[in-house]
Amino acid sequence: MDRSEITRLAELARIEITDATIDEAASSITDVLKLVDQLQAADTEGVPPMAHPLDATQKLRADQVSEDNRREAFQAIAPATEDGLYLVPKVID
Amino acid sequence: MHAKTIAEIAKDLRNKEYSSEEITQHYLDRIKRLDPTYNSYVTTTEELALEQARAADQRLAQGDNNPLCGVPIAHKDIFCTNGVRTSCGSKMLDNFVPPYDATIVENYKHAGAVTLGKVNMDEFAMGSSNETSYYGPVKNPWNTNCVPGGSSGGSAAAVAAQLAPAATASDTGGSIRQPASLCGLTGLKPTYGRVSRWGMIAFASSLDQAGPLTRTAEDAAIMLNTMASYDAKDSTSIDKEVPDYTATLNDDIAGMTVGIPKEYFGEGLNAETGARVEAAIEEYKKLGCNIKEISLPHTHLAVPAYYVIAPAECSANLSRFDGVRYGYRCETPADLNDLYKRSRGEAFGDEVKRRILVGTYALSAGYYDAYYRKAQQVRRLIKQDFVDAFNEVDIIMGPTATSPAFEFGSKGADPIAMYLEDIYTISTNLAGLPGLSIPCGLVDNKPVGLQMIGNYFAEGKLLNAAHKFQQSTDHHQATAPNLD
Repeated sequence: MDRSEITRLAELARIEITDATIDEAASSITDVLKLVDQLQAADTEGVPPMAHPLDATQKLRADQVSEDNRREAFQAIAPATEDGLYLVPKVID
Repeated sequence: MHAKTIAEIAKDLRNKEYSSEEITQHYLDRIKRLDPTYNSYVTTTEELALEQARAADQRLAQGDNNPLCGVPIAHKDIFCTNGVRTSCGSKMLDNFVPPYDATIVENYKHAGAVTLGKVNMDEFAMGSSNETSYYGPVKNPWNTNCVPGGSSGGSAAAVAAQLAPAATASDTGGSIRQPASLCGLTGLKPTYGRVSRWGMIAFASSLDQAGPLTRTAEDAAIMLNTMASYDAKDSTSIDKEVPDYTATLNDDIAGMTVGIPKEYFGEGLNAETGARVEAAIEEYKKLGCNIKEISLPHTHLAVPAYYVIAPAECSANLSRFDGVRYGYRCETPADLNDLYKRSRGEAFGDEVKRRILVGTYALSAGYYDAYYRKAQQVRRLIKQDFVDAFNEVDIIMGPTATSPAFEFGSKGADPIAMYLEDIYTISTNLAGLPGLSIPCGLVDNKPVGLQMIGNYFAEGKLLNAAHKFQQSTDHHQATAPNLD
């Protein structure tokens, strides 16, 4: 894992990484990947991946309104809102 | 008053030895006086607590028979509490006041329990020492140079320092059981799906499970009776009747077969810790249990599989923290991308960033099969080890952690050393099984824990086995030295 790969990952994850911490991040993430590479030695031929411990499937509910609209309560904790909308920097010129 | 268990407090409240308001005030005073030493609480909810206590006193006067009515408890700061800041140990949520309660918080409110406050934790529950919290590390009441374990370190330290009789906690890879072991408490991680995850801030959704940290197995049973419920709001909640876990505490355990996995006693286990665990297993022999050596052959793959699955799920879950709808937002963002990147870069700590980046890598184009799919396959092999074992034994026992509490900073620089701290607890989360830790003695004047793993939904059996042990031994009664 080199500096350019960390920079690419950080861009994908939308996390700013300061220049001073890139090398430390590269070295510790390389260590984690070395740890998880132990998995490659396991024989998993024909083993189905396990997504849920009890192999439960997604429950479905009727497509009906079940919750009250609490927009004001939710927007009260937002960093910036206006007229019931969330404010972000201009996206389209 | 502060040394009492929930069961004792419930009795005292009905005998009018003191009121809920009095014991609540007593705990609030202790927290104010003593917690600056331990840093176990992030927020205390004095006003709310006294209001709830007065309401509980009225219910008690009318003959309410819920054992939690009027009993003060603390909530891990991962559970959303309506109108009370819920930080998850992160700068990201330092200003986050949820407009709703987590299901388990609601369950405890209905039972009449009193909320003392919100307790400290590793940031987003990622850590085994409580050193990653934005609010500073929690000190272990047994030795304040040592960590309390993590991620539920605040929950464990608060109970061990007698700043709450019990606390809620959560466990993704050992975060209830390892702090229980390091602080001399009883800690239970229930079967995946037994307790609702709704309103519990998500780390790794296929592994996360809430559970109690208490002084005794009896108290854990009382806490679980209220915590466990089917919840339509959590799509992975299991619709299965919740038994009365206190009803089976005294069942006879003679004839029970206890499996001892040889992989849990190998290299890496501190010798004295191993000796205490073996002595506890001897005690079970005296109680009439049959002891049988077993093998869980894929144990060595649990930590590697976990560090693919947990980071992958965390990278997806934590994408919701974007500086738009709640939580931290950076100053004067240049554009939307800058807003995302700097809000996340400035507000997440190093360990959280590391896991998000590892997860992003594991899920990125071209790597999915080699990492995530492979880890999910290994996960099934680990589960199958347990399925095979439970064809032969009723319960599995071994150490909870490799050693007693370690000193601050001793593993901080090396994430892998910290990850290996959970080597005995992670398999249980991967398999979705219930696990429990109880104190089984001291090493260097610090507690060590015996871990028990049960079959799916066998929480009652685990609590029964733990209770019988606590009836015939006194390890759980040991308290931290120099406790005020």
